[in-house]
Amino acid sequence: MNHHRRILLKSTLAASATGMAISAGLLTPKAVLAAWNTSAFESKTVDAALTGAFGSASTADSDKIKLSAPDVAENGASVTVTVKSSLPKTEAISILVKENAQPLTASFNLNPRTEGAITTNIKMGKSSDVIAVVKADGKLYTTKQQVKVTIGGCGG
Amino acid sequence: MAKSSTIQVRSSVKKGVATIKCLVSHPMETGLRKDKKGNLIPAKFIQNLTCEHSGDTVLDAELNGSISTNPYLKFAFSGANDGDTIKISWVDNTGEKDSGEFEIPTRRR
Repeated sequence: MNHHRRILLKSTLAASATGMAISAGLLTPKAVLAAWNTSAFESKTVDAALTGAFGSASTADSDKIKLSAPDVAENGASVTVTVKSSLPKTEAISILVKENAQPLTASFNLNPRTEGAITTNIKMGKSSDVIAVVKADGKLYTTKQQVKVTIGGCGG
Repeated sequence: MAKSSTIQVRSSVKKGVATIKCLVSHPMETGLRKDKKGNLIPAKFIQNLTCEHSGDTVLDAELNGSISTNPYLKFAFSGANDGDTIKISWVDNTGEKDSGEFEIPTRRR
């Protein structure tokens, strides 16, 4: 009973109606979606994102990961990136864009039956290294490629 | 078979390995962009996308707003046969969700 009154009071005191809408919109799904790693995705640096996602930022370079991305992207709003891992026991693949405001773009958790190859389209605000991180047999491996962007994908 | 208005799938099986190409209609708004008046456009992007096949979650993707508008994903998994059904579901940060079941078509010989 008291608890509900407290919430009611808090929301009445919120600065503006928009503020309320935003906080309601942001908080409710986060509680529902425990699977989305908020701290990792909202990290501002590559290391922090990796620590949030995998518990460690120490990665080893590997030539068994192939990252295919264009050297020059005409449109940063959609850059096709393919990550192929031939590492045994590939468990997870993450794609990061170093210079984006939130580097961690996607994490894919793979079933043992799933092939270690993912293609997707990402946004890039400006020219940056694209980093692929693969978790295989409990260890982290990485490779990267620079992509030059001629038009930003995150304008504003 | 449950149809989906937002998810489009092209799939095929070769030697037991299914290749899935999946396109979802979604704005994928980062929450970092501003409109012409300088107000932030609220975030709306898919956070979780899964693909299930015969009881296994073959792909469990966590996405950020930095995935392109109308996300495209291509992936592959083994242990599949012609005519199998896969289920693809997504949930975005506002709680909106959709899912659909798709049959992997029999390959023309």
